[in-house]
Amino acid sequence: MIPFQYTRANNVADAVRLIAANSGAKFIAGGTNLLDLMKDNVERPTKLIDISRLPLTSVEETASGGLRIGALVPNADLAWHPLIEKRYPLVASAILAGASQQLRNMASTGGNLVQRTRCAYFYDTATPCNKRQPGSGCSAVNGINRGHAILGASTSCIATHPSDMCVALVALDATVHVTGPNGGRTIPFADFHRLPGDTPHIDTNLGPDEIITAIEVPAKGFATNYSYLKIRDRLSYAFALISVAAALELKDGTIQEARLALGGVAHKPWRDVAAEAALRGRPAEEASFAAAADLLLRDARPQAQNGFKIDLAKRAIIRTLTQAARGTPQSQSNKTIQ
Amino acid sequence: MQDGAAQSDANPAPLPEKMSVTLTVNGTERRFSVLPWVSLLDALRDHLDLTGTKKGCDHGQCGACTVLVDGRRINSCLTLAVMRDGAHVTTIEGLATNGALDPLQQAFIDHDAFQCGYCTPGQICSGIGLIAEGRAKSPHEIREFMSGNICRCGAYPNIVAAIQQAMGTKP
Ligand SMILES: Cc1cc2nc3c(=O)[nH]c(=O)nc-3n(C[C@H](O)[C@H](O)[C@H](O)COP(=O)(O)OP(=O)(O)OC[C@H]3O[C@@H](n4cnc5c(N)ncnc54)[C@H](O)[C@@H]3O)c2cc1C
Ligand code: SF4
Ligand code: FES
Ligand code: FES
Repeated sequence: MIPFQYTRANNVADAVRLIAANSGAKFIAGGTNLLDLMKDNVERPTKLIDISRLPLTSVEETASGGLRIGALVPNADLAWHPLIEKRYPLVASAILAGASQQLRNMASTGGNLVQRTRCAYFYDTATPCNKRQPGSGCSAVNGINRGHAILGASTSCIATHPSDMCVALVALDATVHVTGPNGGRTIPFADFHRLPGDTPHIDTNLGPDEIITAIEVPAKGFATNYSYLKIRDRLSYAFALISVAAALELKDGTIQEARLALGGVAHKPWRDVAAEAALRGRPAEEASFAAAADLLLRDARPQAQNGFKIDLAKRAIIRTLTQAARGTPQSQSNKTIQ
Repeated sequence: MQDGAAQSDANPAPLPEKMSVTLTVNGTERRFSVLPWVSLLDALRDHLDLTGTKKGCDHGQCGACTVLVDGRRINSCLTLAVMRDGAHVTTIEGLATNGALDPLQQAFIDHDAFQCGYCTPGQICSGIGLIAEGRAKSPHEIREFMSGNICRCGAYPNIVAAIQQAMGTKP
């Protein structure tokens, strides 16, 4: 960790002014990702702007029937918020599948989106990494890449985005509200995170002097037929090898609408609208789910060590859609997969 | 993380000043000055001489550093002392009242819920947080909501039993 100055923002405008005026400054919210990376000298801000006391902690109903979630609502509070539990249980389930209760108590909604990859080379400053040091090379391409991407990767970077919550949010068509020096704008969730291309050091389309103020979820929450299934190396407190968020709207056994997004497979939470379209109008049964899985994975490319992920993803997609169709979502406490 | 973090930049920014922090720790107001990069964990151990809270990984991966801040369990290694100015902190040292152990401390003894004891302060603070949340009830749920506390000695079944006893769900 390098020495840094610390200051507290008094309001959103103050936060934006401070970040714009200090190159090398970073916002700190929960601190659970930033401080971790600072301790390993991966992140080296010269100034921390503490936004954790800004009044962005409410969950409010919007005029169009959705919810506006303040960027500083802790992950734990969001998962257990009555409106989220009742109307957006997919979001609650995805949050509870991630990290630990202590971390969820600290982690903020906004910080969860901006958290960085868990690629071990990104964390290890002794190794080349294009994301950490542009142009230095990617150690994972010919290294340990069991956990890496199977979709949307580039020769520059094969890292995955680690968030669980974001997989549910992209499936539900959330939008991200941000404020910068020129005022506010909204970013559709699917456009928030980027594919690595040849600029893997840029994770998101958030501007360097913009702050996330809120996440908005639209009215449709798919609270009846949904499931979030996370497959990992141990049953809890581990990042996803594969995770699936599935949501369905059914009528007499036929799929009216479908949402399907994957975590642990790409540089961004991976939603596939073509696979969703292929489910519409089809019977809610295994053959339909398998066809959607094949479509979603049509461009999947394994790394040397993670070919297993393609088959695992297919089976996880089928299982999660089955759970959603049955109305028996995966429990995040009893990990038996049924 | 320590006070004298290595200076590795060619053109370092001017060194920051120490900042004054006030915490109410185990019911007593404590005022001290620290550099901005001192974690709450290091402040408790090195500045306030409360060494009951342990440092395992220093990266949020083990739970040994778990304390209660304003009643919620958190990893004290991943928060800065300066960020918590004004907060109420409860550590393992603050759980007993007038010499009587907290029911969860007693339950850990009754159920032999530790071997080396290194993870235990974090386990107990985490368990107190879990009971206060009032969500986890069944053994599956207790295990899941205690998963942020690693026990290298593998005392897990006894930890679950101790928590059940303290919650009153086990005779
Ligand atoms: C051991 C461990 C296990 C974990 N396991 C999981 C898991 O299984 N699943 C999972 O999804 N996550 C997991 N996490 C990650 C955790 O969810 C994230 O670290 C957390 O959500 C980040 O939020 P924060 O508020 O702490 O962010 P911070 O660490 O404060 O910030 C992270 C980044 O976001 C930026 N930022 C924060 N808030 C804003 C804002 N409002 N506007 C603009 N930029 C902002 C900061 O500048 C920084 O760059 C784990 C973390 C740890 C340490
Ligand atoms: S996969 Fe990306 S993050 Fe990992 S070493 Fe390669 S460039 Fe770095
Ligand atoms: S020391 Fe904080 S989680 Fe390990
Ligand atoms: S008792 Fe030894 S680590 Fe838990």
